[in-house]
Amino acid sequence: MHDYLHAAVGGALIGVSALLLYARSGRLAGISNIFHAAFWGPDRAWRWLFLTGLAAGGWLALAAAPSAPAANTPPVWLLASGLLVGFGTRLSNGCTSGHGICGLGRLSLRSLVAVLVFMAMGVLSASLLTAGVHR
Amino acid sequence: MSTDNSTPSPLLSLLAGALFGAGLVISGMAKPGKVLAFLHLGPGWDASLAFVMGSALAITVPSFWWLRKTGRAPATERGRIDAPLLIGAGLFGLGWGIAGYCPGPALVAFSQGSGGALWLVPAMFAGQWLADLVSRRSSAA
Repeated sequence: MHDYLHAAVGGALIGVSALLLYARSGRLAGISNIFHAAFWGPDRAWRWLFLTGLAAGGWLALAAAPSAPAANTPPVWLLASGLLVGFGTRLSNGCTSGHGICGLGRLSLRSLVAVLVFMAMGVLSASLLTAGVHR
Repeated sequence: MSTDNSTPSPLLSLLAGALFGAGLVISGMAKPGKVLAFLHLGPGWDASLAFVMGSALAITVPSFWWLRKTGRAPATERGRIDAPLLIGAGLFGLGWGIAGYCPGPALVAFSQGSGGALWLVPAMFAGQWLADLVSRRSSAA
């Protein structure tokens, strides 16, 4: 299967997931917030079930993943990346799914601004600032 | 259908999670090397991942609009575009561009024992905890 077809089919599954959750419960499928509230929030049980499903669905779909180059990020950079991803998504209250799929899905201007900023900084980081760390 | 925030049923939670996880893997988002090839502009740029959000939004934008129009979802509130939003999104982007993992793919890779995510996810947990600490300090001051 062509990579663009992979992307479109995978994206559609994510869209259907977000729609199901929002239509049936009013909850947004934002992973950084679900992960945070699974530890710190009230109403933790459904979030752990969602994360269990996330792992199970990912495992079931493994054979259908597209091929990709290895990333080879050194551990110290993985730690730095995780800290920034955790700190940033908590401060801005959303990530690629919360602001991207759900926020843009609700036509939220706040989420549009967040998406433009994290896309721009992601490109800046991967293209210029940290492009050398994988060698 | 419910309009308020209600607790999703166990079946709904599992199903929504499974669709999401399968979507991340099938799309290629769970492969950090592919995400880095998307975020790294230049020769050999891999644009395919733009279609993940494009395809998801083709579903959520019209369906969420319909849910609002028929009163099944609340009107979108006008949230504040403030410093925490801009700084947080900027730091998240910087981190995302280092290793190619945003939170969903990181958790999927962690559950599969993928080397990189075993380092990254605990740090992501710590990063969220730190952000809570900082915002508690600044609101108390």
